[in-house]
Amino acid sequence: MTPAGTSASRQLLPVVPLAALFLAAFVLPLAALVLVSLFRDPEFSGLSLVQYLRFLSDPFSLKVLSDTLWLGAEVALATLILAYPLALVYVASGQFVRTLITFLIMLPLLTSTVVRTFAWIVILGRDGIINSAMLSLGFWQAPARLLYSWEGMVLALTQIQLPLMALPVINSLLRLDSNLTRAAEGLGASRARIFFTVVLPLTLPGAIAGWLLVFAAAATAFITQTLVGGGRIILMPSYIYQQAVGVQDWPFSAALSLIFTLAVTGVVFAIGALSRRYLRGVDAA
Amino acid sequence: MELALSDVRGHSLDLNGIGHAFGATVALDEINLTVAAGELIALLGPSGCGKTTMLQIIAGFLRPSKGEVRFDGARVEHIPANRRRIGMVFQNYALFPHLTVFENVAYGLRARKTAKPEVTAKVEQMLGLAQMAAFARRLPGELSGGQQQRVALARALAIDPGLVLLDEPFSALDKNLRLDMQIEIKSLLKTFGVTSIIVTHDQEEALSMADRIVVLNKGRIEQIDSPDALYDRPASLFISSFIGHTNLLRGTVTEADRVLLDAGPEIDLGRSAQRRRGTPVTISVRPENIAFGAERPGAIPVTIRATVPLGAVSVTEGVTTSGEAVKISQARAAGIAKAQVGEIAWLAISDTSRVSIFSTPVDDFSKHQQRSV
Repeated sequence: MTPAGTSASRQLLPVVPLAALFLAAFVLPLAALVLVSLFRDPEFSGLSLVQYLRFLSDPFSLKVLSDTLWLGAEVALATLILAYPLALVYVASGQFVRTLITFLIMLPLLTSTVVRTFAWIVILGRDGIINSAMLSLGFWQAPARLLYSWEGMVLALTQIQLPLMALPVINSLLRLDSNLTRAAEGLGASRARIFFTVVLPLTLPGAIAGWLLVFAAAATAFITQTLVGGGRIILMPSYIYQQAVGVQDWPFSAALSLIFTLAVTGVVFAIGALSRRYLRGVDAA
Repeated sequence: MELALSDVRGHSLDLNGIGHAFGATVALDEINLTVAAGELIALLGPSGCGKTTMLQIIAGFLRPSKGEVRFDGARVEHIPANRRRIGMVFQNYALFPHLTVFENVAYGLRARKTAKPEVTAKVEQMLGLAQMAAFARRLPGELSGGQQQRVALARALAIDPGLVLLDEPFSALDKNLRLDMQIEIKSLLKTFGVTSIIVTHDQEEALSMADRIVVLNKGRIEQIDSPDALYDRPASLFISSFIGHTNLLRGTVTEADRVLLDAGPEIDLGRSAQRRRGTPVTISVRPENIAFGAERPGAIPVTIRATVPLGAVSVTEGVTTSGEAVKISQARAAGIAKAQVGEIAWLAISDTSRVSIFSTPVDDFSKHQQRSV
């Protein structure tokens, strides 16, 4: 072995444990998943692409996938709309308010998703805080269906995933040169014009990073989707669970898993590529 | 429209009794300044002197704690920055990195809802004047520093501003390019006849650009004068050492028009010192106002420490018997004997009418002394 080769392999030595873990816990199971998805039936008799064809020709399955991706997109958009005002307040504030906002953003991250989801059940439930308040104040005659609804699920996921959006948006707003907004103001631009022509385009990399994080997290949020969405709304994570554990159709659920993974990463890569193509002169976050 | 400002190019500007404090820190105190329409003014001072605060107050980014800002005689403190018709050029140019050169220059016009053909015509005119027409489709990141500055100025002038404010506009440029850009920008501003205010800590920049220089120190105006007057007749010890190079020599007033220097001789000022006998004073003598001479009464003995050739002139530094450093600047002509290091030389002040005299401040004399070394 050449001296250069020796030093290169020495340099790689520290990553061996992580690489081994990655291989054992990710690459091998993924390979197993691919293999399982290629069996013709739950009895593992013979290889074929029939599971994939079954998915692509089944309107119900396709609807579940599109609903799931749409949920991720909707939640990501909602967090984006909420994160900008929060980030603008943060950037304009003094040290004390900044620390307070950071604490409030980080707090949900320090509690488990299960706890946060159950908190939403308490709030949205039939006898929950909102329903009992509205009923006792006489605004509503009967309890509204908040839990086990699409809107309730979007609401809960928006709150739960907000930190993933707020942090990158705040970060890119902090890096925005304040002279640029001053220059725009000096040139006669209104606040709204400054936001849409200078602040938003220049912080878009952070917003896109946040959007992709929230999209992927919300689309795959099995616990919150199941507990707040309930049994009526079937999305990819619960569909896979149902096919694997309930129906015991392992080849089909493996195919579902791979299709879902490809669809989510496909969206992430497509948006990443589009933003690199169209964001001129803007530093990538 | 709330804006009652005339459309004539170049506002006059008045600052009356402006004061500003950030919490307990007083940034500006009792600022009075009148700028005529079309005048080019430099705000000069060391960092922390309040010049940036003053610029922000004029631009409308900051409302002064007290005092009046008037454009063409009308008060404007209540008018926000985006309705003051002011062109700003920032230290880092602050060009919008995601917009092309054309779009940058068009920004102010579009913000003012100018019709499209007019925007195109105006932007093309401005880019032509700034010699940037060939770069209209480029992004700012693809331009050199000097080109970015031209675009920044074109963008500021495109809105037909009444006032152009330039914040340390040349500090990001190479030294070689700086003088060229100063001349170019000065002539552009003068062509437009726009009232301009340059904020700078660089005295050469102020001297080369401005009709008048406002020297700020610790939140107060120390002197407002033409570049020549500021150099020849500095109003304070601070200015005499801040503008150009100078030699500060301590002494004591002995008679109405005579000062006994700590360095040895008694010199005749040729005019009244306007101070009582026995008053400790500091005299300021420019390096070009000192020449080597013969040993005679009134000449200052120094030990030569170093000689530095600086192109057109050569500068010699000597130390007086009282330990003060003195620089002598001479045109580097043939036939002038070179002073040898370690030698004793005798110095004479060429023109005593160009010597400035100040009372010696008790506390910060040593600081000035260090600066001049």
